[in-house]
Amino acid sequence: MNATTALLRMLVFPGILFAAPAAWFFLWIERKAMAALQQRIGPPFMQPFFDFVKLMGKQVPPREGLGGFLMKLWPVLAVAASAGAVGLLPVIPRSGGFPGDLVLLLSLLELPSMFIIAAGFSSRSLWGELGSSREAILSVSYNVVFLMAIIGIAASQHTFSLQALAQSQGSPLRWLGVLAILICLPAKLHMNPFSVTNAEQEIYAGPMTEYTGHELALWELAHGMEWVAATGLVATLIAPPLANPWMAGALFVVLSVAVVLVLTIVAAATARLTIDDSVRFFWRCALAFAVLGVSSVLLMRIKL
Amino acid sequence: MNLWKKLLCYSRRKSPWLFHMNSGSCNGCDIELIAGLTPRYDAEQLGVKHEASPRHADIICISGPVTHTAVNAMKTVYGQVCHPKAVVAIGSCPASTNVFIDSRVLDGPLDRHIPVDVYVPGCPPRPDAILAGIAKAAEILAARAGQEAQPAAAPVAAEEEKA
Ligand code: SF4
Repeated sequence: MNATTALLRMLVFPGILFAAPAAWFFLWIERKAMAALQQRIGPPFMQPFFDFVKLMGKQVPPREGLGGFLMKLWPVLAVAASAGAVGLLPVIPRSGGFPGDLVLLLSLLELPSMFIIAAGFSSRSLWGELGSSREAILSVSYNVVFLMAIIGIAASQHTFSLQALAQSQGSPLRWLGVLAILICLPAKLHMNPFSVTNAEQEIYAGPMTEYTGHELALWELAHGMEWVAATGLVATLIAPPLANPWMAGALFVVLSVAVVLVLTIVAAATARLTIDDSVRFFWRCALAFAVLGVSSVLLMRIKL
Repeated sequence: MNLWKKLLCYSRRKSPWLFHMNSGSCNGCDIELIAGLTPRYDAEQLGVKHEASPRHADIICISGPVTHTAVNAMKTVYGQVCHPKAVVAIGSCPASTNVFIDSRVLDGPLDRHIPVDVYVPGCPPRPDAILAGIAKAAEILAARAGQEAQPAAAPVAAEEEKA
């Protein structure tokens, strides 16, 4: 991948220019599916876009000093990181990529959560700090499982390149890894049952409590792009390799939407777990699962 | 009015986010407001979202006859909601202090402390009346797009919108 294609992928497709509408679309699907499951009609199609525009036109209280500067900085960085993550996705097969881009994607997926933690602490709000510390505790727990699952998949395919993973055939071990990733995604996307971070009403809005106006709009956008990147990662891993780029692109979108629907159904069917229960869940059940995956991959490689 | 302003006005009308505050209500109005968000009335069709933080909200829904203890909290919350904002008084209590009139713990009605845009009368009002009030407040929000700052929180005369 040379500099021009990298820039194109970052800024046009599947980067910001494509990722922003995709983010709104995914946010809408999530809200609409949730409404349908609760037998409501739900928000109109353009709702997340209207929310974004409205927030862009809202006043922001004056923020002074380093804390204020940091509060402005975090949402911008979060959008940049999640747009970069979307830009790395191999939506169209053979559109470039480099060895090890999976590692970069993982770190870019992790950054927004770090920025959320930082944002909660720089807002100096009690509820923000509470939400941030919950996010920190939770991310330490689910990331172990998430990384184990990715390592297991990558090791079974002998590659850290997204392109190669998308092109290779699925194996039972890969499905195990995908399942582990799916278990982590609700925690990554702050959905029920692992929504302790921004626990609406319970701790106001968690790290986002003090945010308003365009800063909040950027957070919403970053959240939507995280959706696109995280579900896109799963779609990359489960999509069968197709030669026709249009077919592959369409399949990618369909699979991502399917993942959104699955996560929404889980969220609608569950209630929020406490932080203790969430952490216990990840360390006890999911970790055992991930360790099983990684160790069987390693054993397989020793035998070969 | 340029295109961005038009889009902004339209979006404001389409996405009113609520913050709900109880200023000493008997809980009747609060239940009816929440009923408006449930599947039966489904306020999300109007783009309504019930926000937990006043910083995120556009419309403050206040119920209750405004007790002495609630006044300062209410003013704080009013200040925390950023421009543009609108206030909806839910029920007869904030409009007139209702059955609690002449009580020594009250400092109502609501418009002695903050400007009110829409009154939804009733004890309690029906959820569809509350949603109609919210939709009206969203129109007012959109009309405020041109205004740079909200008029200061001064006492205003009660607009008799009570039908
Ligand atoms: S208007 Fe009636 S129902 Fe509403 S808070 Fe007052 S007394 Fe209760």
